Amino acid sequence: MKLYCLSGHPTLPCNVLKFKSTTIMLDCGLDMTSTLNFLPLPLVQSPRLSSLPGWSLKDGNAFLDKELKECSGHVFVDSVPEFCLPETELIDLSTVDVILISNYHCMMALPYITEHTGFTGTVYATEPTVQIGRLLMEELVNFIERVPKAQSASLWKNKDIQRLLPSPLKDAVEVSTWRRCYTMQEVNSALSKIQLVGYSQKIPMDQASLKNSDVLVLTGLTQIPTANPDGMVGEFCSNLALTVRNGGNVLVPCYPSGVIYDLLECLYQYIDSAGLSSVPLYFISPVANSSLEFSQIFAEWLCHNKQSKVYLPEPPFPHAELIQTNKLKHYPSIHGDFSNDFRQPCVVFTGHPSLRFGDVVHFMELWGKSSLNTVIFTEPDFSYLEALAPYQPLAMKCIYCPIDTRLNFIQVSKLLKEVQPLHVVCPEQYTQPPPAQSHRMDLMIDCQPPAMSYRRAEVLALPFKRRYEKIEIMPELADSLVPMEIKPGISLATVSAVLHTKDNKHLLQPPPRPAQPTSGKKRKRVSDDVPDCKVLKPLLSGSIPVEQFVQTLEKHGFSDIKVEDTAKGHIVLLQEAETLIQIEEDSTHIICDNDEMLRVRLRDLVLKFLQKF
Amino acid sequence: MDPECSRLLPALCAVLVDPRQPVADDTCLEKLLDWFKTVTEGESSLVLLQGHPCLVELLSHVLKVQDLSPGVLSFSLRLAGTFAAQENCFQYLQGDSSLFVASAASQLLVHVLALSMRGGAEGHPCLRGDDWPACAQKITDHVEESLCCTATPKVTQALNVLTTTFGRCQSPWTEALWVRLSPRVACLLERDPIPAAHSLVDLLLCVARSPVFSSSDGGLWETLAQALSCLGPTHVGPLALGILKLEHCPQALRTQAFQVLLQPLACVLKATVQAPGPPGLLDRTADDATTVDTLLASKSSCAGLLCRTLAHLEELQPLPQRPPWPQASLLGAAVTVLQLCDGSAAPASSVGSHLCGTLAGCVRVQRAALDFLGTLSEGTGPQELVTQALAVLLECLESPGSSPTVLKKAFQATLQWLLSSPKTPGCSDLGPLIPQFLRELFPVLQKRLCHPCWEVRDSALEFLTQLSRHWGGQADFRCALLASEVPELARQLLQDPESYVRASAVTATGQLSSRGLHAPTSPEYAEARQSLFLELLHILSVDSEGFPRRAVMQVFTEWLRDGHADAAQDTEQFVATVLQAASRDLDWEVRAQGLELALVFLGQTLGPPRTHCPYAVALPEVAPARPLTEALRAFCHVGLFDFAFCALFDCDRPVAQKSCDLLLFLRDKIASYSSLREAGGGPNTASVEAALPRCRTGEHAQPPGDQEPEAVLAMLRSLDLEGLRSTLAESSDHVEKSPQSLLQDMLATGGFLQGDEADCY
Repeated sequence: MKLYCLSGHPTLPCNVLKFKSTTIMLDCGLDMTSTLNFLPLPLVQSPRLSSLPGWSLKDGNAFLDKELKECSGHVFVDSVPEFCLPETELIDLSTVDVILISNYHCMMALPYITEHTGFTGTVYATEPTVQIGRLLMEELVNFIERVPKAQSASLWKNKDIQRLLPSPLKDAVEVSTWRRCYTMQEVNSALSKIQLVGYSQKIPMDQASLKNSDVLVLTGLTQIPTANPDGMVGEFCSNLALTVRNGGNVLVPCYPSGVIYDLLECLYQYIDSAGLSSVPLYFISPVANSSLEFSQIFAEWLCHNKQSKVYLPEPPFPHAELIQTNKLKHYPSIHGDFSNDFRQPCVVFTGHPSLRFGDVVHFMELWGKSSLNTVIFTEPDFSYLEALAPYQPLAMKCIYCPIDTRLNFIQVSKLLKEVQPLHVVCPEQYTQPPPAQSHRMDLMIDCQPPAMSYRRAEVLALPFKRRYEKIEIMPELADSLVPMEIKPGISLATVSAVLHTKDNKHLLQPPPRPAQPTSGKKRKRVSDDVPDCKVLKPLLSGSIPVEQFVQTLEKHGFSDIKVEDTAKGHIVLLQEAETLIQIEEDSTHIICDNDEMLRVRLRDLVLKFLQKF
Repeated sequence: MDPECSRLLPALCAVLVDPRQPVADDTCLEKLLDWFKTVTEGESSLVLLQGHPCLVELLSHVLKVQDLSPGVLSFSLRLAGTFAAQENCFQYLQGDSSLFVASAASQLLVHVLALSMRGGAEGHPCLRGDDWPACAQKITDHVEESLCCTATPKVTQALNVLTTTFGRCQSPWTEALWVRLSPRVACLLERDPIPAAHSLVDLLLCVARSPVFSSSDGGLWETLAQALSCLGPTHVGPLALGILKLEHCPQALRTQAFQVLLQPLACVLKATVQAPGPPGLLDRTADDATTVDTLLASKSSCAGLLCRTLAHLEELQPLPQRPPWPQASLLGAAVTVLQLCDGSAAPASSVGSHLCGTLAGCVRVQRAALDFLGTLSEGTGPQELVTQALAVLLECLESPGSSPTVLKKAFQATLQWLLSSPKTPGCSDLGPLIPQFLRELFPVLQKRLCHPCWEVRDSALEFLTQLSRHWGGQADFRCALLASEVPELARQLLQDPESYVRASAVTATGQLSSRGLHAPTSPEYAEARQSLFLELLHILSVDSEGFPRRAVMQVFTEWLRDGHADAAQDTEQFVATVLQAASRDLDWEVRAQGLELALVFLGQTLGPPRTHCPYAVALPEVAPARPLTEALRAFCHVGLFDFAFCALFDCDRPVAQKSCDLLLFLRDKIASYSSLREAGGGPNTASVEAALPRCRTGEHAQPPGDQEPEAVLAMLRSLDLEGLRSTLAESSDHVEKSPQSLLQDMLATGGFLQGDEADCY
């Protein structure tokens, strides 16, 4: 069993598991932190961004000044933003049979895998994952395509040139494999390969079924292990209120689904108590409308608390009420209706959290100059300081309230105690405390035997040995068997059956009846294509006692018989007939010169000594 | 015992011993027992038993009945014990020996032991107990046997009997008892595990506290020292604390106890301090493996041990007999524990990193450490450590991860530190660290005032109130506060949806206003100051919850007392407006506070009340400001009499009592004026007398100012205020609490009284 680790990002995994004859890809996350090296894509012509000076080498050589721009001591690539794909060279992706997607954040690389690698398998995901994943992809494509950028910089990627660049460009890995965003066409094609998995349809939703697993691959834990999400939501509200009370605006860079629902729910309760009911909340995204609607309909996938609300007249998420009461308004973009309705001070939720594309770029440019305004980062995927770098110097306040509801290490240690897997595999980041808190030994995976760690482009041989499997046999098939005792206590029987294997359970079923002789014209349907049941030759067993065999030969008129011992058995020479019988432990050969009659006679004599069944 | 009870008693005894009768619940039996105790205090138990043979029958009968409820059995045993507490009565009861054989109740055993000793060997104790009465001998043998038993419950029982004995009896024979039994007790300490450790600690401390042992120790101190070194960390803490609280105790033992108590903190410090730490704590305590084991065993055992240790030290801190206090080390330890909890501590060993993981985010320990850190503000510490303490407090207040309860404790501890800050002469009245601290504190406070959790907003407001009350006059504080948005936010919280927060906001804004702490940057500064009174008055009139209204009344009372501008400008108008609103309030506490405000007004007008009144200190010495008639007219004008007379018949007793006190004060005050008679002249009480029935029926007062002072005076004289006061002083349930009522109730549930007599149920 082998694990091919195509991504090194702990929360955006892409692993391929090869076992027996099956190749399964587990998630295909897309690392978008590469976009932080690029200049933002402004929606409206930005004099500031377009007049940034080109970057030149220390010796004054300015051959890169078209591709690289300098801003507040940082160097950015002036080009269409590019993403860091999972490794495509480590394994032939056309051999992947199945891709399993666990959640919408971990499917953003799907079009790259399904469209350009010869992939012919099936993708499995649940409906909310597909729908919300589609929204995220749609938003991403829209953000990038609506601001066409003429330039696509590639000179800087040259290895010899990259070495000369300042950090972090110099240290960026695998830049040659970075790719531009996919198109909507590719997204649609990729999504069409997904087979939906229904709720509780063969997906264990409890951890009991994970108990005593052989190997547990653990990815996607919280990125901010020291921050408690509830505390952060409180922090978010306090800072929001302080800003708005002073007449400032609040900008919340976010994805169009996920934490935003929680923030809206919290604000729903909070704004009245904080006396902020009159402050408008805006949600701007090409998919804002669909996102708010979708979240209300996937009832069976919601937590128990929310599920019970589905049966009540009120919607499970309170943002419907925020919309009804006109407190929350949503727009596809800043153009159009929004510019008419726009009132300040206000709170704006918009993407993209990297601050490199999307409507958020506009608000950063618009509000960045005033210290009354605040940008509150809630998505933990991007370093907020790096995200802010191309906007420096910045007067607006920046608050970092990462809200990450993924499992934390306390929960993981409870899970491991309960599930007790034989082996744990995880990204190498989880096997040591976070670099900034090297003394926090509690912020790592601690298990026995120690977790096996992986990094990008590594192949792990998982400690899982093939072994004999137990096979069950259908009663009617068992009835038809006629065992023969070949040794005291050991009986044998031949069986012709269909081996049915599913969920790691094996079952022998009676073979289908021999197909009716079909007329030559009628073509067989694919579904009827069952294994052919040939009439089987009997199996032989037993050993040939050489002396008795020679006597029998003599009885049947063969003379001049000579026996030679060999390392593996005996050779019986019939000199007169120019024939040779080679008897070994597991084979017997009769070698005679073009005399089929003689061979058959000899064969029958040999068979007399063997048991048939 | 009154005759009516005597009459009911035989029937009750019959109910109690009859298994077919439903036994009244245990609380009734407890009450009954309490009553018997009161009765036996008043008259001889012997006489009581002789007069009521049904009681003796009850006691002997309970032993024979098979299916008696345990409640009644225990009641009877305790009743017997109550009677046996008197020697003559005990002898009377002694005839029935089976009672004591059957009894395992330690209390009774102790009584018996004590009584038998008092009769026999008292004064000349013999160690071997040869001359002890047979009964005492028997009990002592039993206890001794139990102590040697391997079954922990038996040991516990024996230890409890001894604890009660040494707690109750302080005669010389107890020393003999201890000398006899202490080897057995010491043997318990050698067992592994030590059985009944909790009871053992209780016993040792009880013996140590007994004055009998103050002169000669009888091996006690050795046993205590042995216990300190044998008991596990869970039990040794309470023992060490108990030893340190003793008034007389060898110095060596105290030192040992203190070291034991400090052990867990020493371990924590040792595990986290890179360089040799502050002197004192670490030097003296050796590594203790069991303490470290407990700290590392599990999250709950670690948290439990640290919480207990911190609580013990907190308890020890204010005591005069506390040992030399390693303030610096303790401060360092408290700061370290908090750093471990917030994940910022740097471990110096594997134990340290383990503690980091265990304590990170542990709210329980965080709260205990904050309490302790607050206590440590009483002492001084090196500048560096104080800086660290303030930093860790600020970190707690700032951290988004701090839970509301932790924040509350952090606010309290911060307040303690700020209030204890030594005032040094110089341009700044505050410690050198404080100005910077305040500059960092107010943005945090600002954020907390906007917290979505109401408990946090509430704690922040309370903190603000306390801080401004004590520091309102300090320039640094005023400067930092006014530079922040805190006053404005506090003002906005007057509209908070949570009533507790509104109440705290009322108190806070009232306090800020008293100190003249309004945001100077606000353009509507003057206007805002004017309107706070109106805003608070609005809350008083319309708020649906009681807490904010009570808070408003307290603020107004304080304003009147301190001469706040809004109150002083036109005091009569102020008082009239407030009293009118308060008199209509449905909450009795608001009405009572209204009377309080009225009392302040009386005091200010007529001069301070006499010393028995608690307000005497707060008021400046003011001579009667104006002639009496004029003052009385003012009282009438503001509606004070209307309010007070109505309150006199308030359905809530505290209001009526307060009103009674107020009117008595007024009457006394007036009596001291010699001009009273002259002013009197032809009193016309008709109007007030006419008003009184209205008050009695609960109708509200008329608009103020429609009474004549003379009429009020006459009314005041005609009322029997003293009589009213003594009636009010009796608790409202004095009828229901009577023993007669209890007996009737119990009989009623037993079905012995007729239905019409028991219809109270």
